[in-house]
Amino acid sequence: MKNITRRKFIKVVGLSGSGLLLASYIPAYGLKLEPGDEPKIFTPSVYLRIDSNGIVTITVHRSEMGQGVQTSLPMLVAEELECDWKNIRIEQADGNPIYGNQSTGGSQSIRRTFDPFRIAGATAKVMLITAAANKWNIKDSDCTAENGFVINKINGNKFSYGELVEDAAKLPVPKDVKLKDPKDYKIIGKRIHRLDTPAKIYGAAKFGIDIVIPGMIYASVERPPAFGGKVKSFDASKAKSLNGVIDVVEIPQGIAVIADSTWNSFKGKKALSINWDDGPNANIDSEFIRNNMTKYLDEDGSEIELKGNPNFDLPELKSIESIYELPFLCHAPLEPMNCVAKVENGKAELWAPSQNPQDARTQVAKALGFKEDDVVVHVTLMGGAFGRRLVSDWAVEAALIAQKTGRIIKLTWTREDDMKHSVYRPASVHKTKGSVDKNGNLINFYHHVIAESITAQRFNRNIPVKDADIGEGTRRLSYKIPNIKITGTIVPTHVPVSWYRSVYNTQNPFVVESFLDELAHLGNKDPYEFRRALLPEDSRLRRVLELAAEKSNWSSPLPKGKGKGISCFEGYGSFCAEVIEVSVNNSDIKLEKVTAVIDCGTVVNPDTVEAQLEGSIVFALTAALKGDITIRSGGVLEKNFDEYQLLTFSETPIIECHIVNNFEKVGGVGEVGIGATAPALCNAIFAATGKRIRKLPVKL
Amino acid sequence: MPEFKLKVNKKNYSVKVDADTPLLWVLRDNLGLTGTKYGCGEGICGSCVVHIDGRAERSCSIAVKDVAGKEIITIEGLAENPNHPIFKAWLELEVSQCGYCQPGQIMTLAALLNKNRKPSKSEIDEVMSGVLCRCGTYPRIKKAVDKIIDEEK
Repeated sequence: MKNITRRKFIKVVGLSGSGLLLASYIPAYGLKLEPGDEPKIFTPSVYLRIDSNGIVTITVHRSEMGQGVQTSLPMLVAEELECDWKNIRIEQADGNPIYGNQSTGGSQSIRRTFDPFRIAGATAKVMLITAAANKWNIKDSDCTAENGFVINKINGNKFSYGELVEDAAKLPVPKDVKLKDPKDYKIIGKRIHRLDTPAKIYGAAKFGIDIVIPGMIYASVERPPAFGGKVKSFDASKAKSLNGVIDVVEIPQGIAVIADSTWNSFKGKKALSINWDDGPNANIDSEFIRNNMTKYLDEDGSEIELKGNPNFDLPELKSIESIYELPFLCHAPLEPMNCVAKVENGKAELWAPSQNPQDARTQVAKALGFKEDDVVVHVTLMGGAFGRRLVSDWAVEAALIAQKTGRIIKLTWTREDDMKHSVYRPASVHKTKGSVDKNGNLINFYHHVIAESITAQRFNRNIPVKDADIGEGTRRLSYKIPNIKITGTIVPTHVPVSWYRSVYNTQNPFVVESFLDELAHLGNKDPYEFRRALLPEDSRLRRVLELAAEKSNWSSPLPKGKGKGISCFEGYGSFCAEVIEVSVNNSDIKLEKVTAVIDCGTVVNPDTVEAQLEGSIVFALTAALKGDITIRSGGVLEKNFDEYQLLTFSETPIIECHIVNNFEKVGGVGEVGIGATAPALCNAIFAATGKRIRKLPVKL
Repeated sequence: MPEFKLKVNKKNYSVKVDADTPLLWVLRDNLGLTGTKYGCGEGICGSCVVHIDGRAERSCSIAVKDVAGKEIITIEGLAENPNHPIFKAWLELEVSQCGYCQPGQIMTLAALLNKNRKPSKSEIDEVMSGVLCRCGTYPRIKKAVDKIIDEEK
């Protein structure tokens, strides 16, 4: 008996050639089940298969990093398939273009799968119904599907899905299946428990760092302290003399120590004596980078957006200008970078905690000189990611070490490696100008953002400022402001930069929403009423703003030393508003409460939406209050969580989440809570103390 | 290399490693108990918390030579009773996101509750603030702790 593996099916899919994401609808007859093949499987989609025992396996092709895709994606299929949720199993897809886009970022997983996954479920259901109708010799319309069974409406007989899969697999795939009316949803919109929770709390879940492959040994790498540095020479004799150290090899990224355990490889790494060539950046520090940016503050910047004719010199207007500043930041997921790699006979196999497994595959193939088809990337669970694992540098290192040593290698970065050799949220400086008339109406708004472009640096591309990533969160504001000018200046640095949860929306909305607060006060307006009046009446942003004010009792006064701040954010197809309340005692800021309202359109799992909102608020509070990466002698100064601190349990405020219920187009969630947090916090600090925070992290 | 006799989750093990090897790496690499996590290696983040003779300790900062013969319990040991009130509360309130720090959170709380079934708010704050979470699950940890203590009353 031939065992049909999933991989074979996928191959058939690939050959059927219907292409990428829509290739989910493979012609089932292309699968050709041979008589006696076990198990009998019906695969109407690369994302979905149903076994003869009724188990429905959903292949999740987006990476699970805590945001719940291993549950929410199956919910989409199950809703339309009408299967029993208890029979749902998931498999994590390898990195492969047959799944379409797998880059898990931009709060896109649900947005990109909402239609295809529901269609996959609905298609399978229709085929199962047809298979049953054929057996009973009745019309499809005389059948209904419910809880894993097709029911004969005429006589009440039923077949389980498992009994029908063999017949269903021989049917042509229907086109244009009808999807449910949202009011009939049974799973979408419900608080479904996460499928990954039990293994995670019992310590059984396997993250990348937990992968064990027979014959595997352990590696760690010492890298140049300054970005752009190189190994001049090294002496490995002391490292090699240590117990457990197997080998020391040089790779382009640094010196790798191979040992019989993680700890022995760390010990060996410490024992290395390396003579570094610090390269061209040896003397660069944060101050140098800052000066390089601040020198553009007096220039106008290249145009990103222009509306009306902002004139800040009109005598009848009150005008102010401000300068804002934000530091480099590190993602610092609690699971440091790691990867298991096996390179044998011209083929590579990786077990990678990757947000971007197709990129890992491409980069590894390139580094090894292999064809991409000869590189398999299995995706593991991730102990946090936040954008860091979109970049595949660590996968390439693991593959190169495995190739060089001929051994199966688990590469583990130390926390110090993770903090000092990351890819960072760019630093930025901003100039803002604004004017209000004698009635406090906002007339002019100017924002000049000065920062490094991630896209320009990472892809070595020359990008017009008008379209550049640095303008994210500055353009097309919903506020009705008569005269707007947005400009930008791209300033390259030697610090490797990359995407960090919500990217430039960690910066620009902080500036916009803080400065709007300044302008509200300039015109003697309440910061909430000021924003509200600027938003179109029917806008979803205005609705979340109003709800946040209502739920937080915005207008109720607070005692001295306490303050409330408000802010709102629009992005990723969603809307969010926050009110933050703080107490300030001298330089001590106590976070009292965050009231957050999100409108993300149709909600798949409200519990996960709330979790993401709570989490992103904590993430953004951490950055605003503590996050600061310092560049010293060309490299990063901070080494561990004592120097790069995170918000703690006792510092975390009460976070109250409210979700706007509607069936609007499904929006993103994972990054939506970031943008409004830092400005609401700093606006609250201003309300409590009269001190305007224009530089993060907050220092009183 | 010296040999150490360890008692982990009521089972006896014998490992040959350097005496300075942190318990964390013995658990993970030698015994295959990967539920205990590496986060910082310096006792700052708390992802590696295990119980040693009933006390919550950071296994990344304790050498194997110092725990020989002691009673060591890891998350896998605690999970032998999946009905432990902490697991029930964590499941019901869906505390975890990425889940990486949760074994450390759970082991830390379990040791606190073993000592005192109704700890004060300040005790909880002090103890639980020693375990970092990057996903920001603190509000739910708080709710779960409150729920467990409430049900105890």
